[in-house]
Amino acid sequence: MRILGIEVNDKKVEWVENETVSQLLKRMGYVFPLVIVKINDKIIPKGDFSNVVVPDKSKIAVIHMISGG
Amino acid sequence: MVKYMNKTKSEKIKKKLRDSSIGIAGVGGLGSNASIALARAGIGRLVIVDFDKVEEDNLDRQYYFLDQVGKTKVEALKDSIKRVNPDVIVVAHNLKLEKGSMEKPFKDVDVVIEALDNAETKAEFIEEILLRLPDKPVVAASGVAGYGHCDRIATKRCGNLYLCYDEYASSSDTDVLLAPRVALIANWEANLAVEIILGEDIGH
Repeated sequence: MRILGIEVNDKKVEWVENETVSQLLKRMGYVFPLVIVKINDKIIPKGDFSNVVVPDKSKIAVIHMISGG
Repeated sequence: MVKYMNKTKSEKIKKKLRDSSIGIAGVGGLGSNASIALARAGIGRLVIVDFDKVEEDNLDRQYYFLDQVGKTKVEALKDSIKRVNPDVIVVAHNLKLEKGSMEKPFKDVDVVIEALDNAETKAEFIEEILLRLPDKPVVAASGVAGYGHCDRIATKRCGNLYLCYDEYASSSDTDVLLAPRVALIANWEANLAVEIILGEDIGH
């Protein structure tokens, strides 16, 4: 079942039941290897991307880290 | 009356900055320039962490001098900070931040600035600070390489993470790092840290 329900980087996106963070990143076409993901302002450790399920109505921030400093 | 109010405002600000502490992770291009700006601004205590030594190649963008080549970056930077503002307490850690304990030097600072160079370390550091010190404001930067495009740089706030971000920038693996843009983003980070400490400037 698909419902219009989550926001990824301020963009409205369909919520997919049982979708993990990894699957969401893939669906969004975010192929950057180094990202910070926050769901409702809570940081998701990179090691948990493939087992954390994205809840409905959540706000997700995906930040792409680029080398240089 | 107006003059009197401005003086009160500036004294309040000076005191608040003097009573504050900021940690800087990495003192290469971003961290060395940000530290100097914060010392000039009168931050009371700076905790600086890096494991590198000053090399001649660094001088194209980092706040070091030819006569400091060969010194550890944290010692060289401490000397420069003291030459600018001897009242700043500088805690210098000559060490490499290791996964699993990256938050250690920054437990007691008011704001942490991520000023590392490589994307992987940046991501690891931000993740660790946000997980282990959840109440700590973190200022980070992503997209420093290249030149021009000032207007693409923006502050992105996400809870306690304040990111100075140019999402269209290239990686420094494939693009140049040049002093004007590096110093711009370093000062952007320093300015964000000051804003976190003082609260938004509502003018007067």
